[in-house]
Amino acid sequence: MSASNIQLPDAEELLLTLAQKLEPLLQANTALVGIQSGGVWLMQRLLQLLASPIAAHAIDHGTLDVSFYRDDYAQRGLKPENRPSQIAFTVTDKHIILIDDVFYTGRTTRAAMNELFDYGRPASISLVALINRGGRELPIAPQIVGAELTLNASQNLQLIQHADGRLALTLQLHDQPDLSTAINTA
Amino acid sequence: MNNPQLDSDGRLRHLLSIEGLPKKILYQILDTAESFVGIAEREVKKVPLLRGKTVCNLFFENSTRTRTTFEIAAKRLSADVISLNVSSSSQSKGETILDTIDNLIAMHADMFVVRHAQSGAAHFIAKHVPEHIHVINAGDGRHSHPTQGLLDVFTIRKYKPDLHNLRVAIVGDVLHSRVARSEIHALTTMGVPEVRVIAPKTLLPAQVEKLGVHVFHDMKAGLKDVDVVMMLRLQNERMSGAMLPSAQEYFKTYGLTEEKLAYAKADAIVLHPGPMNRGVEIDSSVADGKQSVILPQVTYGIAVRMAVMAILAGGQIAGSQP
Repeated sequence: MSASNIQLPDAEELLLTLAQKLEPLLQANTALVGIQSGGVWLMQRLLQLLASPIAAHAIDHGTLDVSFYRDDYAQRGLKPENRPSQIAFTVTDKHIILIDDVFYTGRTTRAAMNELFDYGRPASISLVALINRGGRELPIAPQIVGAELTLNASQNLQLIQHADGRLALTLQLHDQPDLSTAINTA
Repeated sequence: MNNPQLDSDGRLRHLLSIEGLPKKILYQILDTAESFVGIAEREVKKVPLLRGKTVCNLFFENSTRTRTTFEIAAKRLSADVISLNVSSSSQSKGETILDTIDNLIAMHADMFVVRHAQSGAAHFIAKHVPEHIHVINAGDGRHSHPTQGLLDVFTIRKYKPDLHNLRVAIVGDVLHSRVARSEIHALTTMGVPEVRVIAPKTLLPAQVEKLGVHVFHDMKAGLKDVDVVMMLRLQNERMSGAMLPSAQEYFKTYGLTEEKLAYAKADAIVLHPGPMNRGVEIDSSVADGKQSVILPQVTYGIAVRMAVMAILAGGQIAGSQP
């Protein structure tokens, strides 16, 4: 069961599917929020694909880096490459659509929701993910997904952005995380 | 030299001085601080990183701004904060520093922020504490004040993003100033090509050139074409004997007035670590003028101190970069 045996969907096609599914949800008082970094790439593409309904409803958008809200900070510390969250609009009473690339355990979504509430009290929050890889650990699930896939814990599915802006999915095997922990504590 | 600030994997364990810290860690702290700046503008000015942790501010020497900003920084990270003015408590009853520390550890303190009149006090405490406890030096004697040096560079970078293309002058009482030492180390480590010090000979440490700075005794020559002017406070309380004729005389020669500031570049910024002696090292018209970034320094100081605490408590920096 090597990683290469799995046929990965095309991220660009999934993006078009997402845009179609997302369009009916857009209304006045909606705001799009991308989660760093894959969610932000997706949001930027969705802003282009859905430019006319977004402009028609004057929809706001922003970005979140959930590093300061992650539940594994005590074990893993701060990631070196964190970025400022940018929410320049009023969150209170907005219908927020969170955008993430790969939905897995649900912990990132929880962190993002906690952070959002520190900006204000949204009217609602929905979650859009390019792909749901299965394995959630919390009672949280995306309302809109591009595709569903079942992967095991040793497989690491990531969204990457090529230099020309095109998005693609990659699958790698985790490089033995348990062993590296053992080395650190030895 | 064995560096007590770093653990065996090169991660930051204590912040005791800028000297000896790799450039990568300094950049890491400042980049992380960028992410903390915006938190002050939100409805809830807190993030949950240090939830459940206890930060002890141990001030053996007076300070208002530094203690308050450390306290705010810890609170914005959701830590519990205890601020002790030790000069007025157990020390005066005869307790040793290490006994005070041990008692606070017995109360499950996780981090100490230490200000002391003796150089090396924070190092001394850092060597004593168990591995899971972190120490931040908030100023020790004439030696070091690392978070001030970092917040000064952070402020400079906000206004002059290209550090590799700057001329910076540090003006005043370098001899007694731990701030100046930290600033010099931070600026040179982070790649500022030209750092000058401007002071009378009596207020410069011997062989100050060895720190990689250019020495001037005259404001006109020293300030010529600089991008950044960093003023220092005249530290009357640390002076013994006649190092200066008088405060008036000092102001006349080294006090930063609009007239002297005109020697610097037209868009030069002016910093001061506070507290200011108006009319001694800086004129009010400059301190309150449009080139002054003295109050932004205070605001950014909170973000920088949050970054240091968050990196220390997480025990993770740079080393894990893929």
